[in-house]
Formats: sequence, structure tokens, C-alpha cells
Amino acid sequence: MRFVSIYKLSPDRFAAPPSEGEMAAMGLLIGEMQAAGVLVDTGGTAPTDISLRVRRAGAQTTLTDGPFTESKEVIGGYAVLDVQSKDEAILWTRRFLDCAGDGVVELTEVTTGP
Amino acid sequence: MSTVETQRTLDAVWRIESPKLIAGLSRIVRDVGVAEELVQDAFVSALVQWPESGIPRNPGAWLMAVAKRRAIDRFRREDVVELKHQEIAREIQLHETGEPDVDALDDDIGDDLLRLIFIACHPVLSTEARIALTLRLLGGLSTSDIARAFLVAEPVVAQRIVRAKRTLSEAHIPFEVPNASERAARLSSVLGVLYLIFNEGYAASAGDDVLRPALCEDALWLGRVLAQLVPDDSEVHALVALMEIQASRSTARVNASGEPILLLDQDRGRWDQLLIRRGLAALERAEALGGALGPYAFQAAIAACHARAHTAEQTDWTRIAALYDALAQVLPSPVVQLNRAVAVGMAYGAAAGLELVDALRSEPSLKAYHLLSSVRGDLLEKLSRFGEAQTEFEHAAELAHNVRDRTLMRERAARCAHR
Repeated sequence: MRFVSIYKLSPDRFAAPPSEGEMAAMGLLIGEMQAAGVLVDTGGTAPTDISLRVRRAGAQTTLTDGPFTESKEVIGGYAVLDVQSKDEAILWTRRFLDCAGDGVVELTEVTTGP
Repeated sequence: MSTVETQRTLDAVWRIESPKLIAGLSRIVRDVGVAEELVQDAFVSALVQWPESGIPRNPGAWLMAVAKRRAIDRFRREDVVELKHQEIAREIQLHETGEPDVDALDDDIGDDLLRLIFIACHPVLSTEARIALTLRLLGGLSTSDIARAFLVAEPVVAQRIVRAKRTLSEAHIPFEVPNASERAARLSSVLGVLYLIFNEGYAASAGDDVLRPALCEDALWLGRVLAQLVPDDSEVHALVALMEIQASRSTARVNASGEPILLLDQDRGRWDQLLIRRGLAALERAEALGGALGPYAFQAAIAACHARAHTAEQTDWTRIAALYDALAQVLPSPVVQLNRAVAVGMAYGAAAGLELVDALRSEPSLKAYHLLSSVRGDLLEKLSRFGEAQTEFEHAAELAHNVRDRTLMRERAARCAHR
């Protein structure tokens, strides 16, 4: 099963860079997940101001430039997980949050192909 | 947290953590069977304690700590003199206090995992035993899972595993990574086992028990782990590449009623592009290591040719024919020769392919192989030699093992009869 994991955190926490220790722990976890073949892809939010919304309503497409300061949570990063069960996805997510700290991970199962 | 929830979490933890735990403990107790029991005991403790205490922050470390305590208890309980009578006791690493050196566990779990893979695929074991033990100890599958996946009775698998563990301990198979002189042969046994597991899953059609296709995932997962542990071996990466690319077609290769769709007729839009990317990357790693390419590298390279072609017409048959040529050098087998003939037929025309197929007709091992007749029929049909093609398709229908193939061959024979 494949899951998309979106990590969201408060703008305050997002603004504070992680410590070296936290970075090292995250590096170890990512290595372990890659070794297990679980981590298909992952990335953290780039340190730029580029974020935007593209919205379609009827025939109208509108672009709104970010950053979206009104948000209570901002996206910190994402991962695509390839696991055998929902419980396994939860388990890895717990391990991720142990490293990442306070925040929310939204896990959604995705299918591949049409 | 309820016991049911704990059990579900533990099932997931088992899959992720048990191979590492069994591997680490095997080094200390020098017996994979004993190590597995210790780890199982630790999971039983977790099932009792976690509903109360919640899931520990690091489940693997928690379980390892419990398993270590169990190992010490076991040594205290069992009379050391008694233990010395047992052959395994010779190799146990003991402190001067007579207790096992459990701290050695934290040294290098990667090496232990590799040792466990090698011992599970040891040539002293039968192929069936290697497969069962690998799935049990490294894939985290239960005996009943393995039995269902291989369509055999559970007691048969249980027996196989018990006997395999006994064989390993009676033969005093050391828990170690083989030395340089043995390494290539032993690694080839490991790769063989993984590919057999993969093919067992791949051969299952969509209508089969879901556990059978899951074998593909298990084999892929073990292959990826192995590639991290043995990053310098070209064939390991090549096998991973081959499995990734084959797995990318798993949804496209059967239709809604479970009938197989031939590679060239598949809807390539349904191929899993992520697996293809992973496969091509693994193949690149295999090729970048240099040295002579092995059988998996050529097979992966052939699979990659198909994966890179956006339509069947874009397939680079010239390259595939050359790759089969190279494969036949390192893996001389009539089936490879037959595939080579198909590729040559596609690249250089049916007459060239037919010439190679005709050379295989005297091959005893292909006498009862329906694909030889089927391929020959196909080439004859392309050359408008319909009468001979019809005879070949009819012969193929007689030899075919399943109804689907038989029907297909009869249909093709009938079509030739009307030309």
C-alpha cells in the first residue's frame, strides 16, 4: 500500500530551525526507512517564499500567492510511504513525529495508475 | 489502548523489527531457533504490557531490551554444565561471569542482518527450506502465511522450518558472512531464493489469494534491504532492478477476468512509473559498479528496454536481441535461447527468428515445452506458412498446461486453417 504523508506544524515552530541533534535523528530515521524500502520519496518545505494556490471554479482558474499567514498550520514536508499495512504506516509516522516534534501528519492512502 | 489494537500494532512492529532482533540475538546465542523464540517471548510481553503502558517511544529498542533480559534468564536457568554438552554452547560469547555478552548486540545490526540472510539461504538447506526460513525469519511471515502463499498445508511448512533450524544447528553452520572465496556462490544462493519468492508471487493471478502476490512485495523488500547491506555487488542491484520493473506491470498484466495480457498488448499507462524509476535507478547502480555483468543484470537490462518504450512499437528489439545474446553466454539455457529467437525475429524478421527456433527443435528439454511450438507457429504465421503454423499451434495446444493457453493456441490454429 502506498500512502502520502503531509506534515503540518505551527508557523512558530516552522520559523525556528531544527537543532543539529534533531537533524541527525531525522537523518538516521530516513536512512532506516530507505533501507527498509519504505520511503519512496520525501522532502521538506524549501526555504523560499514560494507557495501558491491554484483554484478552479467552473471555467475560472485563480492564482493566489502565498505565504498564507492566516493559516494555523503550515506544510513542513511530505513523504510517500510504501508499506504493507495501515498500521505499518502509522508506526513509521510515530517514529517520524518522535524526531519532528509537535505537529500533525495527515496520512492518505493513494493508488497508482488510472 | 485495547489488546486488539496492540496486536495490530505488534503485527506491524514484528514485520519491521523482528528480523533485526532475531539477527542480533542469533549472534549472541548462535542459534537462529533460540533467537527467534527469545524474540517471540519479547513480543508476548509487549502484548501484555503495551495495552497498559502504551506503545513505547522506540518499540524496537524496548523489545530488544526485553529479549536481552530473556537471554540472560535463560542462561541462568539452564545449567551451564548442561549447556556445555550442547554444541551451541561452544560458540556462545560469555563474559567471565558466565553471562552472555548482550551488549555486543548493539554493535552493528546491519552485519547481523546480513549474517541472518546468508544462514537462512545456506546451501546445506533444501530450496524449499531456504524459502520458508527466509520468509519466516527475514520477511516476518507466519507459518500459516507461508503455507497459504505456497499452497501447501501448514504442518508441512512448520516441519520444514523446524527441520531447517535443526539442520543449521546440527551442521554447526557459523553465524557469519562468508569469506571472499565462498561469497559469490553464497550470494548467488540468496539471490536465487529471493527471485524464487518473487516469481511465486508473480505467477499468481489476480483472482488468487492476496498473500501470493504479496510475496512479490516481500521479495522486493528483502532485495532492497540486501542492496543496502551489500552495496558493492552488481548482481544484487540488478536483481532488485529486475523485480522492480517486473512488479511495475503487475496491474497491467491481467484483465478484469484474471486472464494474462501479453507484454506487448499491455496498457503501458497502467505500468507503475514509480517502480520503473526505482528499477532503472537500481540498474544504473548495477552497471556503474563496473566489472562483468551477470545474468540478473542482462535480464534487468532487457526488462528496462521494455519499460523505456512508451509504446510496444518503440521497443528496441535490436538491443534486446543483443542482450539475450549476452545473457545466453552467462546463462546457457534453451529457454533463454528461445527468448533470444523471439527477439531476433522481432529485430531482424521472422525468417531470422525461425532459423534459431529450428535449431532448438532437437533440444530434449524443450520437447514438451508448449512455448517452443507456440513461438514457431507465430513465426511461421508471419511468414505466411499457414499450414505449418496450424500444425505447430495444434501441437502447442496439446502441450499447454492450462485451459487458457490451450484455448488461445486452438484459436490461433483455427485462424491459420482459414487462410
